[in-house]
Amino acid sequence: MVSSILHSLPQVLVDGLTLGAVYAVVALGYTMVYGILELINFAHGEIFMTGAYVGTAVLFGFHALGWFEGAGWIAYMLILAAAMLFTGLLGVGIERVAYRPLRKAPKLISLISAIGVSFLLQDFVRFIAELRTGNYIVTGITLYNDNHKIATSSVSGVFGDAFLKTNTIIVFIVAVLMMVGLDMFSKRSKWGVAMRAVAQDRETASLMSINVNKVIALTFFIGSALGGATGVLFAQQYATIDPFIGYILGLKAFTAAVLGGIGNIRGAMFGGLLIGLLEMFAAANLGLITHGNFGAEYKDVFTFLILILVLIFKPQGLLGKAVKEKV
Amino acid sequence: MKKWMEHVKSSLWAQASLYTLFVLATSLSVYLMDKSAIAFLLLLASLLLLYYTSFPVKLKWAAAGLLLVIVIPFATSGGPSHESYMEVATQCGIYIAMALGLNIVVGFAGLLDLGFVAFFAIGAYTYAIFATPQANNFISGHLFPVSGSTFWLFIFIGGFIAALFGILLGLPVLRVKGDYLAIVTLGFGEIIRIIFNNLEKPVNITNGAMGLSSIKPPDLFGMDFIFPHQIYFIVLAILLLVLFGVRRLEHSRLGRSWKAIRDNEIAAQAMGVPLTLTKLSAFAVGASFSGMMGVVFAAKQTYVDPTSFTLLESITILAMVILGGMGSVPGVILGASLVTLLNIQVLTDVTQWLNELTAQGVINVPSALSPAKMQRFIFGAILVLIAVFRPYGLIASRNRKEDVEKLKERRSSAAISVNSTNGPSGGVTP
Repeated sequence: MVSSILHSLPQVLVDGLTLGAVYAVVALGYTMVYGILELINFAHGEIFMTGAYVGTAVLFGFHALGWFEGAGWIAYMLILAAAMLFTGLLGVGIERVAYRPLRKAPKLISLISAIGVSFLLQDFVRFIAELRTGNYIVTGITLYNDNHKIATSSVSGVFGDAFLKTNTIIVFIVAVLMMVGLDMFSKRSKWGVAMRAVAQDRETASLMSINVNKVIALTFFIGSALGGATGVLFAQQYATIDPFIGYILGLKAFTAAVLGGIGNIRGAMFGGLLIGLLEMFAAANLGLITHGNFGAEYKDVFTFLILILVLIFKPQGLLGKAVKEKV
Repeated sequence: MKKWMEHVKSSLWAQASLYTLFVLATSLSVYLMDKSAIAFLLLLASLLLLYYTSFPVKLKWAAAGLLLVIVIPFATSGGPSHESYMEVATQCGIYIAMALGLNIVVGFAGLLDLGFVAFFAIGAYTYAIFATPQANNFISGHLFPVSGSTFWLFIFIGGFIAALFGILLGLPVLRVKGDYLAIVTLGFGEIIRIIFNNLEKPVNITNGAMGLSSIKPPDLFGMDFIFPHQIYFIVLAILLLVLFGVRRLEHSRLGRSWKAIRDNEIAAQAMGVPLTLTKLSAFAVGASFSGMMGVVFAAKQTYVDPTSFTLLESITILAMVILGGMGSVPGVILGASLVTLLNIQVLTDVTQWLNELTAQGVINVPSALSPAKMQRFIFGAILVLIAVFRPYGLIASRNRKEDVEKLKERRSSAAISVNSTNGPSGGVTP
């Protein structure tokens, strides 16, 4: 058993890190909004999904017009930019319409509004996709789909070889760039400082002449743009998308955010990578460990169990600080 | 006209005669017409109308009972669509009971539960596993399926097991606050669905994605309950039980503790409300309603599979509670009826109508836009619109008015009785 776990380990690592990078960037969106509004933005998973659809649609457009046939990287950059712009604005719009009027209402009400938005978006994307193509499950065009072999077996005989697409490397690089960029932004820039100030204490921040509404809108723009960009990466990596990918992926990304300590940007990155690795490990080895009784179909159960365990034993997350409740 | 309206408002007799006229007209039209969803909906609306009349409360209950037990079953029995009407009414009853259960958790106790349908699933599978040969796979002796007469017992077993799972879910979750709770319950709902979907090995318990079929129908003294117009009365009886329970609980000590926790957890704790016990009881009671209806659902469908218990169902029930008004019992009943009618009567009828028009070539509606597929859109829109514009729902909840004089009287009489038993020197009264 151990030998076959070791044999598949390189592939699990590659797949897990790729998936983990996707989770990490989506988790950033949750954690940023939660940090600033103390609201779980349920619609964030759907923003990710919308990003995937926008990217795929724009790429279809390029293909139909015959643009960038030879220069795939330009097309890649452009679809990323288009999806980011679209989902960023979408996020700002959602905040303006569905969350801002409820900022003083009980938390339960804004949460319900968020769930409503997420369902609206799912169905909206569903019927646009279905109207255009007749089927809401869309298989897009993938750039950089060629396979590489990493000869990990030459390092030691116990490992098998791992395979990855060029696109996997792109996913990883773009995700890391976005994470580092966001980290720099929140630590170094003036707007980043304002964002952290609003997250810490909204009223005092507004007394320090910070425009709170603008900062919140900016947070939503950045968080949603990151989510949308990840959607494009996801669509490129896994080729087939449907309007309901956002919900379960969003749930897992949220788990990642909680695992790392919600409101903590570095925590979300760490949590995302960890959840991705654990999930891939479970998918590959769960059946093996339980002698085929519980197979890969239980990998989601495994992730949710992690969430529940973290919330019970370490609700502040692995990297978060415990906060006392103020009366 | 205005004067006339005022006359109606003030005179009970005018209201009563108008109301009787309305009920007569709608039930007659339902009885005489072959298939008229509008007449049927109007007949059901007479129950809502009853809520707004100014009859004494006991009379309202009596009239509602009369309508539900005699008028509606009889009026619909005229045409060939009897069973389909009764099916709609039965579904309404099932969803009302579930919405009332969720209302205890969300509306009274303020704990957002997004995996509520899991308890429904647990109830349904409890009956389904034992009322089919399925249970022979893990209990030896070929005792199963049990006969349909145990159905009545299973209603309570299903409720009990669902309540047990409610407590099991509640225990870890209690350390978690508000919005985390929503996520954990969402995860719990998914876990239950995935487990039911895959529990065919190592021991085949749920038969996986295939589901369980030919479940025994309920049986009372040799009579099988197969048709919707028979199941209707079972649902009605359970609904009455649930309604009675909710009304009694709402103003009880426990009910007031729930509301106290909802409004301010810390203040409630400071006033001596036991948090753990109170929250757990909310979970347990809410879950048990859902579990009972799950048993009925399994018996009605004679078939269960995991696709009936998705997140969409949980959100549908949530939409019912939010639309009606969180914490308001009449509101939740209205919300559940509206959403269910919309879901299974109006949307399908409109879809059919559009399809006919498309077939005749009058208009061209692409199938992507067919209303039957737009449930998510509609429920999402309900949630957002209600949250933004009417956070207290269609019928807002009201706290019961306390009659101060009566309270004083009760208090002084209690004090006197305590004094008299303790004698004149009994200084400390509890």
